[in-house]
Amino acid sequence: MRILLVEDDPTVRSFVLKGLKEAGHNVDQADNGKDGLYLAIGEKYDIIILDRMLPGGIDGLNILETLRGQKNNTPVLLLSALSDVDDRVDGLRAGGDDYVTKPFAFSELLARVEALGRRGHNDSAPETSLTVGDLSLDLLSREVRRNGQKIDLQPREFRLLEFLVRHAGQVVTRTMLLEKVWDYHFDPQTNVIDVHVSRLRQKVDKPFETAIIHTVRNAGYILRPTQD
Amino acid sequence: MAEDRSPPRRRWFRRRQEKQPDARRRRWPIRSAGINFALGYGVLFLISATLFLSFIWWSSTNLLNQHVRAFIETDAQELQKRWVYGGAPALGDAITDRLEQNIDDDALYLLIDRHGRRLAGNLPGWPVAIKKMNHFYELSIRRYTFTTPAEFKAYHLPHGFKMIVGHDIRGRTLLSTVITRTLIWCAVMIALLAVGGALVVRDLFRRMVGSIARTASAVANGDLNHRIALTGSETDLVAETVNTMLDRINRLMEGVRQVSNAIAHDLRTPITRARNQLEEALFSATSPDELRTAVDKAIGDLDHITGIFEALLRIAQIEAGSRRSAFTMMDLNQLLANMAELYEASAEDAGLSLHLDIVPLPPLFGDERMLQQALANLLDNAIKFSPPNSTLTLSAHPVPAMPTPETAAAEGTPAGIDISVQDQGPGMNDADILRAHERFFRAESARNTPGSGLGLSLVQAVTSLHHGRLTLTQAHPGLKVTLFLPLTQEAEQNARHTISTENPS
Repeated sequence: MRILLVEDDPTVRSFVLKGLKEAGHNVDQADNGKDGLYLAIGEKYDIIILDRMLPGGIDGLNILETLRGQKNNTPVLLLSALSDVDDRVDGLRAGGDDYVTKPFAFSELLARVEALGRRGHNDSAPETSLTVGDLSLDLLSREVRRNGQKIDLQPREFRLLEFLVRHAGQVVTRTMLLEKVWDYHFDPQTNVIDVHVSRLRQKVDKPFETAIIHTVRNAGYILRPTQD
Repeated sequence: MAEDRSPPRRRWFRRRQEKQPDARRRRWPIRSAGINFALGYGVLFLISATLFLSFIWWSSTNLLNQHVRAFIETDAQELQKRWVYGGAPALGDAITDRLEQNIDDDALYLLIDRHGRRLAGNLPGWPVAIKKMNHFYELSIRRYTFTTPAEFKAYHLPHGFKMIVGHDIRGRTLLSTVITRTLIWCAVMIALLAVGGALVVRDLFRRMVGSIARTASAVANGDLNHRIALTGSETDLVAETVNTMLDRINRLMEGVRQVSNAIAHDLRTPITRARNQLEEALFSATSPDELRTAVDKAIGDLDHITGIFEALLRIAQIEAGSRRSAFTMMDLNQLLANMAELYEASAEDAGLSLHLDIVPLPPLFGDERMLQQALANLLDNAIKFSPPNSTLTLSAHPVPAMPTPETAAAEGTPAGIDISVQDQGPGMNDADILRAHERFFRAESARNTPGSGLGLSLVQAVTSLHHGRLTLTQAHPGLKVTLFLPLTQEAEQNARHTISTENPS
């Protein structure tokens, strides 16, 4: 993916830059709001990572508002040290697609960037079914089949699986699952998400030869179709 | 649109109202409340004294007049009788007699014949003003060397004779002098009393305000424990408000102090640990794997520190009350069901069964996310401290209003909602329960479990934000944590509604 990174802190910038390049992305960078805005308007990117507070009179929200004002719908991920719920709401209201607060784990940022990049591609007509490898989900009848065999899932388990399937091949973090599947925005002390994922695995993976839901150490989970 | 314009107009109106006292102050130069008070009282006293003395003056002169007139009438009748007995000479003698016997020298007589010649009496001649007979006249006459008011009545006698009977009413002048003098003395005394009163009242005011001012200056100088003494006087209203304000400031300051202490003590520990690990790895790691493990652990510690920071900031933010902007009418039933669904799995994973005891609840005006967070903290805690194969209970039910005679009619409208989480873990002793909501407090028995000691502080803050109450009780075995959330926030909700219609942004 072609990514624009606008971040003034050199350490954070080079850290993110390096990580994204290692993950195989093509990254442009800017260290102030003016250059950032110039690049964001002049070039075509798949995703823009914006720091909220930038030197040079133009901050992240200004850039975002200018872009949206020009009907530019490039997905924008806001990066900020402002962790207030209100700040987050402000950022999303201005047209941001996701919000990551500093300090962050790189795996979290990468997972969210890839999820956003994917979303940019398939904004087409609503699907009625999803298929990954031998797994298929009927979104209307809420029926799940693997290898033709029907799997009974609770409504929440279905939503969890649906989210994993929609992001198949991508790492999804626990925080992402809590936010997107449960719509919760707090930090649980216990392993609530892990338990739900392991329950899902009991039904989706255990009765079959190969597992499709994998744990990614220090990051989260990934649903990878069986290679055959 | 009309609503949009109304706030500025109201502001303009307020500004005009504010200006008026300024103008009045310019016209009235005295600022001291005590002196104004005394002046007002002085003027009031003076007016009442004047009214009172005027009334005395009016009624006494009236009485005096009646007395004089009655005297004149009877005297004239007597004299007319003399005429009947002895004609003009007898009457003349009688008048002369009377004048001789009149020690007070206040009787006035005149007897004239048909030609207007004076036969007897002490009046020098017929006063020009007296024209009608049988009618009272009040005239000033010259006697000897002075002028005096007198009451007269003229009578017709047979054969064209005429008689005047009169009475000097100099007494009335005397009375008026006395009353005027009284009034002057009154004014002097009232002035003295007013000045004295002004001093006393000013002193009183100063003393009242002084106690508040002393406390305020003590607080300004940093002594936050100073409070205004309640005296039972009218200033207690102000004193109580100021004291409540000081209590709140004190609590907030205490919070800030706790946070800074916490940062000083509790954040140093994980920071030190991370630092030591990195340093040790730097000097003694022999393989990349060892180095990696050390860095991994250090990152874990840093994440922990970040978590503490987040929690501290969130608590501070909630306690400042700024988060009430997110209050909406919300469905607690849905919230509880979702939370139970989320945690039921972790409970089962830990070998616990989550028992639900939830009755349908009325909607609540509150912050959904904050309540989710609070509930999550309680469930996290309960799961953390429960022994395997025990039961966890999440219960919620409306609390009826206190059954006082006044509210008996309103039965059926609950006062609030109790949400409680009960575990069968080790529980807490009474001393720990008292300190449980303090930031960073961890019971001795919980030292070895992971956590920051901020969970309950956050729950406490969220509860306070909703004007609720957090109670911890021993459940033998285990601990029961109850959140009481009051439903009586319609007023606030209405207020919010007005605000949101005023600025539709």
